[in-house]
Parts: sequence; C-alpha cells; structure tokens
Amino acid sequence: MLPEAFRSVGSSSFADLLAQHAPEQLPTSRTAEAGALAGVTHGTTIVAATFPGGVVMAGDRRATMGNVIAQRDIQKVFPTDEYSCVGIAGTAGIAVEMTRLFQVELEHYEKIEGMVLSTDGKANRLAALIRGNLGMAMQGLAVVPLFAAYDLHLGVGRIFAFDVTGNKNEERAFHSVGSGSLFARGSLKKLYRDDLTERETVTAAVQALYDAADDDTATGGPDLARRIFPMVAVITADGFRAWPEADTAAVADEIIAARLHAPDGPSAPLI
Amino acid sequence: MTQPFYVSPEQLMKDRADFARKGIARGRSVAVVQYRDGIVFVAENPSRALHKISEIYDRIGFAAVGRYNEFENLRIAGVRLADVRGYSYDRRDVTGRALANAYAQTLGTIFSSGGEKPYEVELFVAELGESAADDQMYRLTYDGSVADVQGWAVMGGTTEPVETWFEQHYEADLDLPAAIGLARTALGHDGTDTREVPPESLEVAVLDRTRTQLRKFKRIPDAAVADALS
Repeated sequence: MLPEAFRSVGSSSFADLLAQHAPEQLPTSRTAEAGALAGVTHGTTIVAATFPGGVVMAGDRRATMGNVIAQRDIQKVFPTDEYSCVGIAGTAGIAVEMTRLFQVELEHYEKIEGMVLSTDGKANRLAALIRGNLGMAMQGLAVVPLFAAYDLHLGVGRIFAFDVTGNKNEERAFHSVGSGSLFARGSLKKLYRDDLTERETVTAAVQALYDAADDDTATGGPDLARRIFPMVAVITADGFRAWPEADTAAVADEIIAARLHAPDGPSAPLI
Repeated sequence: MTQPFYVSPEQLMKDRADFARKGIARGRSVAVVQYRDGIVFVAENPSRALHKISEIYDRIGFAAVGRYNEFENLRIAGVRLADVRGYSYDRRDVTGRALANAYAQTLGTIFSSGGEKPYEVELFVAELGESAADDQMYRLTYDGSVADVQGWAVMGGTTEPVETWFEQHYEADLDLPAAIGLARTALGHDGTDTREVPPESLEVAVLDRTRTQLRKFKRIPDAAVADALS
C-alpha cells in the first residue's frame, strides 16, 4: 500500500519528502557529539576548469584518516545528472551520502515535474543541503563540494563553489576545493587559459593535482606502480562523460615524463 | 424512524464497478508492446504537456488511462515510493512487482472503502528485464486486480476490437518502428469504423535495453514518431 503521505499534494523535492517521511535517513539528521572523532575518512583535492564548450572536473584518488591513507582509489567525482557533476572534499561518509541525496533530488524533480531543473536551481538545492549540514560542520565533519555543470540555456560550462554555511559563489574560469586546493589553485592560475581544448584543460587540471600532491600530504599523486590516476569528468552539450582510465593515464604519463626533467612543472613567462 | 434503504453488497460493488468502468471507457486507449530492444508505450493523447506515459524508475515505466488527477496522484506516489526505496537500499532493489503490489492495494482499498468514490483509472506498470524473457508488464484495474501480461496489452476506451487486432497481427521480435506502427493501427480499430490516428496525437515512450544510461526510459519526440510511421 502506498503510504498516505505519498499521495498527498507536496513539493517536488526529494529531500523535503525524506524529511517528512523518513527524517532519520537524511545525511544531516545526526546530531551526536562528534567532538574529536578519530578514524573519520577525508577526501582531499578537487579541481575544475571551464573550456569553450564545456567544463572539466578532476579529483585525486586518495582518502585519508589522520596520518593514514584510508583508500588509494576512492571516487570523488560523481555525475549528478546528465549535465552536472559534483566533486567532494571533506568528511567522505557525509559527502558521499549528500551527493547521493543530491542525485536523487535532481532525478526526483525531473520525474515529478517532467522537466530538468535550471543550473542555478540545481546549485541552490545543493547549497541548501550543505547548509543543512552546518551542525555537523561545527563539530568538525564538514563537507565542501564543488559543483560543475553544462548550462544548456547559456551554452557554457559553469562552476559553483560553496562554503560550509551553504554560501554559493560562481567561478567563471577555474576553482579547487580540499586540503590541496591552495596549491592546485595556484598552479591552475598560471596554467589556465580560456582558449584551451578539452584535452589541454584536462592536462592543466592533472598538472594542478600533481602540484597539490607535491606539497600536500593528503593529496595523492598519480600512482605509477598501481596504475591509479586522477578521475576526470567532462561535461559538454553531449552530457556527462567520465574520461576512460587509459586516456587519463596517457595524460598523467606525459606529465610525469616532463616532470622528470623539470620536477616543478611548466613555468609561466614572467611578464 | 425510517429505515435506510438496504443495498446488497453485490449491488453496491457492481454500481461502483460500473461507475469506474464508464469513466475509463470515455477516454482513448493506451497500448504497451514488447519489441526487440524493450517495451514501447503508445497512447493516443493530443496534449503535449499532460502525459499519460511516464518514467517511474531506472527500468520501470508507467502508463495510465482515466481521470488525469487520479492517475497523476498515483504516478507521483509511485515515483516517491521508488525513489525512497532506491535511496534507502539500492537502485536494484526497486522492482516493478513491488510497485504493482502497492498500486493494487491502494486501488483495492479505495474501491472497497465506503467513503471515497472509486478511482476511474487503469494502469500499466512495466519493468524492463535483462532480456525480453525477463520483461514484466502488469495491468491494474480500478478495483485493484492485477494481471500479468505478455507481448502486448491495451486498456482504456473501447478495448475489444483493438485487442482482436493485436491478437491477429502481433508477432514477437518486432523492431521499434514496426511496433509503433502496429500499436497505432491497433489504436485506430476502436470502433466499427477504422480510423487513421494522426502521428502528432500519439504519445510514445520506450524502455530501451540498448541505452547505456541506468535510466532506460525515453520519450520519443514527435518528429521521430512521424519518421517511424512514414
């Protein structure tokens, strides 16, 4: 039997439905004293950059638990619908659950309303979910996702960054979140141009991750022995596409070959 | 004190069934047909905005005839049920059978409870399997009865002549244009005179096994329907 609540007139939001019907399943429902929790897995660096006709997002594969590497091949970039994706940094458990909720939220709206949310609408929903997690963030379990989407109306790739209070700001060119983001952003700042091709943008993103891994212990660089490489996603007018591992490996191998001669990577002209 | 009129339970149920059946027969028919790569839904529906066919979940489609507000209410409840279940467990744990059961119980309760009027709707719930043999199609009627159908099925409007046409002309392993063509011709045989249903008043959607995405449901745009029928 369909629960009575499901047949009542309500909003098109899955998160609202869950809050009414099964609030214990919301990632933000727990208010336990987290304090100085040991053994919490953290995801680290995500970078995103736009190029003419789309947007690239890349994430390293390392998850840490204090000084220990918790996982070497974690997935931190997730497709959220056909034209958007989320990269997560922060407490992995909550971030993954929040991403899953966000995925269902977008799909639920699409099915109920018969149309897709606007890009700004999607970003606002994600901001609301992050804001809902503020209590947990105060206890040290913060989630800071990076949202990238291809806007079908504007015909451009767009990047949205958030802080733990759900403040949303749009980045026109490139952005990075996570523990290695300072280094990644500095690196991208010198490498990024707005006329790069898709492959060149991916190369710049992987370079930035390499630089982040170089200076941040929590960010993983390309793992040659295990053949683990950053996860790369591209969104264009044709929709979301995860780069095949072989292609990412080729880019990473090229970068590593160059870094054998110049360990600090390519240098930008002074003026 | 006056005695209330006695109405036998048989008569009461019959009246309610007649009421529901009349409402359903007023509309146009919807057909579902199994084809080579999946299941196609074909409805005669001049509206582009008010759909009779919808997506419920990755491999589950929904079609309905009757009163719009009533089946829309059931559709939304179905989407909610499927999404909550998929979120709580796993996407693979959302099944057409569970959904058909939920609908059957809801419709059955409404039909036999004294208070509400019975819903004037009939539904199809179809689930795409790994192969054609695993496909499941359920037909639910206003009183909550469920039937498991194979190959093709039709509901709403005047179904007998349409069913006869399907019986005589359906064959397994049709390709998509042939399946749409068959359904369109069949929907035209809903009276003593045969009509030619114009392609632009057909609403067509498929559950397509060959789609690479998890979500196998896809609406076929008007232009593609016209192409398939030409």
